[in-house]
Amino acid sequence: MAISTLTRQVFDIKDLNLWYGEHHALKNINFPINKKEVTAIIGPSGCGKSTFIKTLNLMINMVPNVKMTGEININGQNILDKKVDLVDLRKLVGMVFQKGNPFPQSIFDNVAYGPRVHGITKKKHLDEIVIKSLMDVALWEEVKDRLHAPALGLSGGQQQRLCIARALATKPEVLLMDEPTSALDPISTLKIEEMILELKEKYTIVIVTHNMQQASRVSDKTAFFLMGELIELDSTSTIFSNPSDERTEGYITGRFG
Amino acid sequence: MSTRTIFDNNLKELKDLLLKMAEKSEHAIKEAMIALINQDMEKAKQVIDADNEIDDLEYEINDKALLLIARQSPVATDLRKINVALKVSSEVERFADIAVNIAKSALHIGNEKHFKEVIDIPKMMEMALEMVSDSINAYYSEDITIAKKCAEKDDEVDKMFGRLIQELLGYIPQNPHATNQIIQLAFVCRYIERIADHSTNIAEHVIYLVTGNRVNLNA
Repeated sequence: MAISTLTRQVFDIKDLNLWYGEHHALKNINFPINKKEVTAIIGPSGCGKSTFIKTLNLMINMVPNVKMTGEININGQNILDKKVDLVDLRKLVGMVFQKGNPFPQSIFDNVAYGPRVHGITKKKHLDEIVIKSLMDVALWEEVKDRLHAPALGLSGGQQQRLCIARALATKPEVLLMDEPTSALDPISTLKIEEMILELKEKYTIVIVTHNMQQASRVSDKTAFFLMGELIELDSTSTIFSNPSDERTEGYITGRFG
Repeated sequence: MSTRTIFDNNLKELKDLLLKMAEKSEHAIKEAMIALINQDMEKAKQVIDADNEIDDLEYEINDKALLLIARQSPVATDLRKINVALKVSSEVERFADIAVNIAKSALHIGNEKHFKEVIDIPKMMEMALEMVSDSINAYYSEDITIAKKCAEKDDEVDKMFGRLIQELLGYIPQNPHATNQIIQLAFVCRYIERIADHSTNIAEHVIYLVTGNRVNLNA
């Protein structure tokens, strides 16, 4: 995939529609996503936010009976349009889920997994990638003395940061996070949030969250989805101080949704 | 099912408290004016003594507002409502301070006979008091039409202020013995003009509350 890095946008989604069988789950979504910004996606359960984020690396294709129309342009290339190499796409667009899901391997092997898949075998090179990735998620100091211990022995918050490190090890451009802290305690949550603010120096981040304060703390842009529609997309300051759509206002002030 | 009942009730309490504070301040201004016109020293002292109550109400409003922010994480209009309640309570507190200033002027003049009948100052005060009640109504009902109407009256009060000051100063050469009294009355004019300004500020806060946009109605 030829990647131009000249434009400000990583993603430019145009008229995206998605159906699960008969169910129209995403309706005419037009959504630019800027480089090195954190974009938060909020909305009530079933509004399409997780569906949307899963279209960005085509993980949605794993769901049977999915049909899509429109364009999902990544760095100018429409991933719905042609045969896209999914391995390349997911190297470019990493993803982290609700609950940390480390492989039942050592901490080191978890982070080295992606680079190995992509053909990196030299120990020195792998060491560098693992150290750097663990440093990026502020986990290095906590695990440097037990890199070969099982990853499943880490705490929930550490496991989640490890999974983020694993996603970063393939040097993605975009990091998708689907409710990355909903299973974590408040301190682990704040550590991840701090980390997100550091990561956006290098990566573009799209985060789905049910926690409105989290969206307001970490993101530059906030998008509000409702029943498959993108109701409002604006700077986070505007969304949380003076949103233009009364449905957004109703949702963020906790009056419906 | 309603989801923000407790918060909405707390907001309502905050607003009601502010209304109570505004009523007391408005009453204080009226009493101070009566004390000035009727040269009623007792009433003037009562106005000064009652100011503590209004100050306490302002503290209560502040505490409640901060607790709401800390415990309910308000955003958007909810946050503006709290912000504006804080702003309006400061303006209302200034009404009460001005009432005290007028009462003090009444005490300074004391029982010295007025050098002429005081007619225009109460008229100017009437206009300012209309603005006070408009501004508080606008806040309570979140009505920008009333807010704008209130602000329009500010020009009239300003003009009247300019004219009265000229007149009062003009009296000094013929009434040198009444200089102190005339200066006190000029101060009172200035206080009334400030009441109109604070009302206009409240009107601006109301517009911000409703629209999220800041406007300058005093230009």
